[in-house]
Amino acid sequence: MSTENGTCLPESDTGLNFEETKLTLGLPGESRGVVVKTGIKRGYLETVDLNLGRSVDLDGGDRKACDVNPENRVSGGAKPPATEAQVIGWPPVRGYRKNAMKSCRYVKVAVDGAPYLRKVDLEMYNSYQQLLASLEDMFSCFTIRNYLSERKIVDNVNGVEYVPTYEDKDGDWMLVGDVPWKMFVESCKRLRLMKSSEAIELAPRTPPNCSSTS
Amino acid sequence: MNYFPDEVLEHVFDFIASHRDRNSVSLVCKSWYRIEKFSRTKVFIGNCYAISPERLIARFPGIKSLTLKGKPHFADFNLVPHDWGGFVYPWIEALARCRVGLEELRLKRMVVSDESLELLSRSFPNFKALVLVSCEGFTTDGLAAVAANCRFLRELDLQENEIEDHRGQWLNCFSDSCTSLVSLNFACLKGEINLAALERLVARSPNLKSLRVNRAVPLETLQRLLMRAPQLADLGVGSYVHDPTSDAYRKLKDTMQNCTSIRSLSGFLEVAPRCLSTIYTICPNLTSMNLSYAPGISGAELIKLIQHCRKLQRIWILDCIGDKGLAIVASTCKELQELRVFPSDPYGVGNAAVTEEGLVAISAGCPKLHSLLYFCQQMTNAALITVANNCPNFTCFRLCILDPMKPDPVTSQPLDEGYGAIVQSCKRITRLSLSGLLTDQVFHYIGMYAKQVEMLSIAFAGDSDKSMLYVLNGCKKLRKLEIMNCPFGNVALLEDMGKYETMRSLWMSSCEITLGGCKTLAKKMPRLNVEIINENNQIEFNPEDRQKVEKMYLYRSLVGPRNDAPEFVWTL
Repeated sequence: MSTENGTCLPESDTGLNFEETKLTLGLPGESRGVVVKTGIKRGYLETVDLNLGRSVDLDGGDRKACDVNPENRVSGGAKPPATEAQVIGWPPVRGYRKNAMKSCRYVKVAVDGAPYLRKVDLEMYNSYQQLLASLEDMFSCFTIRNYLSERKIVDNVNGVEYVPTYEDKDGDWMLVGDVPWKMFVESCKRLRLMKSSEAIELAPRTPPNCSSTS
Repeated sequence: MNYFPDEVLEHVFDFIASHRDRNSVSLVCKSWYRIEKFSRTKVFIGNCYAISPERLIARFPGIKSLTLKGKPHFADFNLVPHDWGGFVYPWIEALARCRVGLEELRLKRMVVSDESLELLSRSFPNFKALVLVSCEGFTTDGLAAVAANCRFLRELDLQENEIEDHRGQWLNCFSDSCTSLVSLNFACLKGEINLAALERLVARSPNLKSLRVNRAVPLETLQRLLMRAPQLADLGVGSYVHDPTSDAYRKLKDTMQNCTSIRSLSGFLEVAPRCLSTIYTICPNLTSMNLSYAPGISGAELIKLIQHCRKLQRIWILDCIGDKGLAIVASTCKELQELRVFPSDPYGVGNAAVTEEGLVAISAGCPKLHSLLYFCQQMTNAALITVANNCPNFTCFRLCILDPMKPDPVTSQPLDEGYGAIVQSCKRITRLSLSGLLTDQVFHYIGMYAKQVEMLSIAFAGDSDKSMLYVLNGCKKLRKLEIMNCPFGNVALLEDMGKYETMRSLWMSSCEITLGGCKTLAKKMPRLNVEIINENNQIEFNPEDRQKVEKMYLYRSLVGPRNDAPEFVWTL
């Protein structure tokens, strides 16, 4: 766990009553007729980066922004997505289960010349290298050759070279490897191992008639 | 005075399996203590920091089977930082060094490294069973070592672990002469495996009774595995995706007809709905079904499936089954003893598909029900009272209303009376988890009636310290108490400090206790380890006693503060 240099002042020192300023956004369906208990971790603001702490620091000096107001005492660790009202530790579902039920990113993989397509779950990989290694396993006659900075896949049997490409959310066919991995996972809709000879005809950001629509 | 020779007593003690009973036996007299000590082979240690490996080995030199638990339960819900502790290596190292004849190791919520798995595999020639539940820290390389070196391995059971998958050939590492496998579960592995190696392994394991594969095992392979192992009693399916008109599908249907021994079914990590009718042949014999990791099965198909399963005693499913589906479970599964309904949306912000209606239906239809875990949208007092009347035999009652402080939607009242009815009616409850809008009153009931409760989990409940005091005073058999987000402070914490020595552990997070209170407790009770988890340096270097403590975990220990605590854990 990394430790931060700055610390946040407790509520009493800042002179600002966070109880008053706390937006009581409850979780869906929750009755508002209840007195909000102190120290209860609920609602949007309490679980997300708060700039309130930084802006009312009375001590000057260089302070690294704290992630959360200690009076709200939200523990560190993984921060929930800012768009959802979540509480750390609630609902009490095992982390393993939460990960398993995440939406999977299955995409089709087509290889020019192969009779059928395969599917891979992009969530299962952490890097391009892992993905390409898996494609290599799947279409086992290929090996991956790192040719300079390009990733080429070669069919061992007939020496045909393939270039991994993908269709992104906009419908464009892109070369695999240009953008950071996570960005690729978000935007990839399907994969195609294109024959090198065809790929040469594909210039970057080409007009639609050059993009394959298979 | 013993009238029997030691061997006779030893033989008698052999019949005493429960570790609690054996603990009692060892208290009778010195010679019983001695005989029991040398004849004990199975030891259960609920908190790995309560005792040291050296003392364990000295106490039970003949140990063959060890169960260890590490992190506190709330670590499952991301409340405990990653490197908090719970390392198994020192245990394996000590057992190896002292040449203990270890045969079985069962671990829960512990950090297991590849190094420890390698050491394990090389140090115990008779090693037979490795069961890892909710553990982390290892990769498939560690599994490869176990496969390669444990020549008499019977059981390799990996449940819900975070395992780094190196996509190696760990399955290949089982030697050709390894034919002793009885149980193999690798459902939690995320990567590809060598399917041919798996088939060969299954083919040479005539005693294989339980096989749970991961998502990477496709339907065609499953069919071939079942052909080779028609004697399977427990099956975990990986991928169940195929075209119902294909050959592979028809072959599977035929093969399934021969699998008359299957009593337990799980998995379906990936499923194409129209394939499920092949399972109908094995459904009538099933006693246990876990489809809680099968989001690909719709509620309608779940219902169709369950209607074939009249003998089910244990069901784990997702809430997409709905209240209507639960009503069908209630009318079909009369033998039901344990039900777990998990949220399809585990981030919990959406809507759960079940309400109090489903639970009431189950309670009315399933008189043998005694264990429940139920994630739901809402609950009413009336429903809980009905459930309490219908099912007085609950031993484990865990209710999770996704909106943590939700009152009874019909009356807008807290759920005190409902839970009160549950504890009053179900005199044998040993495990209880509460949620919903709850005041001090419910704890008054719990203290009064829940006399057998051993583990209690509380969140977002109670109005004052009185709640915690009711529990500490009334629940005489309490062993584990875990509290999050409740307004309980030092008064409750310090009222009966001796109580904590009768318990395994206490967890309190996001409550009102202060550093000063924890320090007082630690000072007065030297046999407790009082640990503060100080993430993100929330507590400054020279903190004030009145500063509130975000996370405290205390437990009794015979060996004092642990020496492997990370810098963010302070033992007071």
